[in-house]
Parts: sequence; C-alpha cells; structure tokens
Amino acid sequence: MSGVGGFSISNEALDCLMPMHVRVSPTGHILHAGPTLRKLRPDGGFAGARLLEMFQLRNPRSVQSISELRGCAGRRIKLQFRVPPKTGFKGALVLSEADGSLLLNLSFGISLVDAIREYDLHAADFAATDMSVELLYLIEAKSAAMDESRKLNRHLQAAKVAAEEQAFTDTLTGLKNRRAMAHILERYLAQGRAFGLMQLDLDFFKEVNDRLGHAAGDHVLQKAAEIMVAHTRTDTTLIRAGGDEFVLIFPDVTSAETLLAIAERLIATLEEPIPFGAATCKISGSIGISTVPENCRADASQLLDQVDQALYASKRAGRGCATFYTDALPIPAMPPAGRDPAPRPGV
Amino acid sequence: MHGLINRSFESFLKITYGTSLWNDVADGAGVSRQGFEALQIYDDQVSEAVLGQAMQVLGRPRGALLEDLGIYLVSHPTTESLRRLLRFGGATFAEFLQSLDELPDRARLAVPELDLPHLDLRDNAPGSFILTSRWTFPGAGHVMVGALRTMADDYGALVLLDHVGSDGQTETISIDLLDHDFSKGRDFHLAAEL
Repeated sequence: MSGVGGFSISNEALDCLMPMHVRVSPTGHILHAGPTLRKLRPDGGFAGARLLEMFQLRNPRSVQSISELRGCAGRRIKLQFRVPPKTGFKGALVLSEADGSLLLNLSFGISLVDAIREYDLHAADFAATDMSVELLYLIEAKSAAMDESRKLNRHLQAAKVAAEEQAFTDTLTGLKNRRAMAHILERYLAQGRAFGLMQLDLDFFKEVNDRLGHAAGDHVLQKAAEIMVAHTRTDTTLIRAGGDEFVLIFPDVTSAETLLAIAERLIATLEEPIPFGAATCKISGSIGISTVPENCRADASQLLDQVDQALYASKRAGRGCATFYTDALPIPAMPPAGRDPAPRPGV
Repeated sequence: MHGLINRSFESFLKITYGTSLWNDVADGAGVSRQGFEALQIYDDQVSEAVLGQAMQVLGRPRGALLEDLGIYLVSHPTTESLRRLLRFGGATFAEFLQSLDELPDRARLAVPELDLPHLDLRDNAPGSFILTSRWTFPGAGHVMVGALRTMADDYGALVLLDHVGSDGQTETISIDLLDHDFSKGRDFHLAAEL
C-alpha cells in the first residue's frame, strides 16, 4: 500500500485507474509499473531499474538526477524511452509525503498513433477515462470521410473536364473555341453565306512564355483577345483555335480593303508593349486572310487550309504582316512595318 | 437521407446482385444509374423509392432485404472501415452493445450531418437486452439486426437476435447473449494498417 495524499491505494487499484503509472523509490529506483507500460517492454526491465536510466527527460531537459526530478513534482513533464523504440510520453509527477516516493502517471499524448503501430495495444490497455481510443476512432473516421471527399472531388473534376469538352468557350480568353469554330463555319457554308476569314498567330509569344513564364503568357493571350474584341464588330466571331492561334470570322464581309484595314489595326495594337508586373511583353501578329463568296462549295477544312497558307506566307515574309490567299500564290499584302517589302515567294 | 446511407444501399445491391440489377432499380426509382454521391443529402423519398423498387425487382420483403443490408455493411471488404469504426465501441461484444447509444454521436464526430438511428439498450435479465431503435426511416431495426448478428460473429460471441416489433418510428430488438467467447472471432487492431 502506498499513501497518496492521504488516500491509501494498492498497486492493483493504481493499475486499474492508471495503467501507465510508475512508482519510484526516493532513490530513483522503479518500484512498480502499470500493466500497459510493462507491455511496452515485454522483456521486463522496469522492476528495480533506475527511472532515469530507462527514461530521458525531454521537458524539462535539464533534469539529470532524481533530486532534480523531485523538483518537478506537480508539474507536467515529457519523457521518452532511452532504448528504441524511443516512444514519447507526457505525464505528471507527485510526491508521497509519507515516504518520499514518487508517483508518475504517463500517457502517449501525440505519440499515440506511433505507439499503437509499435506495440500490440488494445482498447482495454487504456484507462477508462483515457480518450485515446476515441481519438483513434476519430482519426480513422476522419480518414474515411476524407476518402469520400476525395472521391467526390475526383467525380467533380471528371464532370468539369467533360463539361469543358462540350463547351464552346475558351475559358482563358472568353473567346469561342475550336469546337465552336467548326459549328459556325459549317452553318455559314450550309446557309451559303459570304464571309471573311482571318487567321492570326501571335509572334514572339513563345519568347514571352519562355522568358516570363506561363502567367505572363496567359496575360498576353487575354490582352490579345481584348484587342480583337475592341477592333471588331459584335457580329464577328473570335476564336482561340489553340495555343497562340486565333481565327476571326466576319459574316457578310468580303471586302479586301476592310479586312486589310482591320488586320493592320490589329497588328499595330498587338505590337504595343504589354506590361506584366515589372516586365514588358512585346509581341506582334502574323495574319492570313481569305474571303468566302456566297454559296461557296468549298468545305471548312479547305477554307482553313487556305488562310493557313496565307498566314504561312506572312510568317515567311518576316512576320508582323498580313497576306491574302490567292489561287496562284500567297503574296504579303501588307509589308512588315519598318522592313523592306517581302520578296515574292519563289515559285 | 444522407448520401453515405443511400450509397451503402446502392453498393449493397450492386455487389450482391450485380450492376444490371442496380440499373433496373435505378431506372424504376427514377435515380441516375451513376448512383449517389456520398457527401450529399437526398430527400427521404428517393431512398424509399430505391428500396421499394429493389423489393419489387427482387421479390423480397422489406425486413429481409434491410437485414441483408445490415449484414453487408459490417462484413463486406468494401465497408471494412465501418466494421472497424464499430469495433472501436468496445473490446467485447457486451461493451460494444453498451456503446450503441453513442452511435449517432460517434457518426456525427466524423460526418456532422450524418443522422443515424437513436439506439437505447436496456438490460432485461443477465445477458438479455432490449434494444430500441428510433429513426425517421422505417426498417432501421432490421438493418440493426443484420449488423448486430454479424458483429457478434466478429467478436466471437454467440447471440440470439430478434426483431420483436415496431411502433411507428420505434422498433424493438431482443438480444440474448448466450456466450461472449463462443469462437475466436475476427482480429481487431487499433492501428489500421496492422
């Protein structure tokens, strides 16, 4: 029997209430350890051992001797096994007034999850008042709930991708996308409607991306889209066909002068420096143009192929210019600014 | 009804009877074949429609079908986490029974909006208990009978269970614990990975 604060209590009773307690003699030798603690060291080692040879104080760290430990009476302390697995514990220490022995009660604290992995512990190894098992329950329940949440996120992500695939809008620029372009071209051709077609590739866009990163690239694409919106009528369909490629469809416009004038304005505005943070992005645009007469019998891919050829001619001519598609050969209609007129491509 | 419960019933039907049966049930009940989202709340009538349709397609009475659901919930590998969470209730089947009244609170710790049956256990005589289950959805008692029977096996306890009647939303189950250590039962470790 040991007296604790005037209440006489047996080792068996202490084992029941505090299965992780240690009773220590005034000389620092372990008199008795609770059943759960004994389970952590199945080869024994508690009875008769010196407490501080078995455990190392983590807080307060300065404690090296049993007399220093006595000074911690009534305080919370942290300690760990000296021999691996170096399980950590937290606990409190009290002194017996009767014989100067110490009573230390421990818990795993935050080391609980490691401890149950390390040792074969069961619910019955924890004190009835100990919340450890509830904590383990909660950890597991939360992980299960998180798994469900992750599954839901995956479903939503897949649904979002599916919705985007079916959408007609380019989410970055707000312009129409390639899917929409196919629909509109098909419709105009089916209606026998005349229209002007322009393909615009941004020049030096890759340099912006490489030099300043994707955020700058995205910013430039958005600015380019704004410029196209500002310089075209509301009935013009503006399409981001992919990457830095844009297609513009002008219903009922077949005038070369009109389309050229628009192309010039677009290129001139695109060439104005675009600030991005402290940096400045400089781009330009190369444009290919074709016109589609009423009741045109060509199909959409042929038309796109034609403006692509005209665009390619602009690029070959040194970029920053516009070219009309002609049956014979593409000729740059608008020479690159500040450069000599491009030589006619060799036949 | 919480999506977790609806989805449990859906996976019970799919795994026990196959996807084509689930498709028939879903079509008949007017729900998507894609099934339920676990973290959404659905109208109780949706659950009732799915259950009614399953009873009709399978030609099984409500009680028997719900009891099978209870067995599935705590025995199938896909719902292993639920069995583990229930085993946290106690080290023995008797302790587990005594923890049943905590079930709704335990569920809410994990998923705050999950409403589970309110369970109340009374000792009748030594080893003999009366469990009452109160829930908005009639038939929860049958799910409990299936789940408790399987949990008894899990603990290695020999019990007699009976759904002795229902009075509106309150259902009564008698439990006779004949032998708490009848067989070895299934292992349970506090650490999930072990």
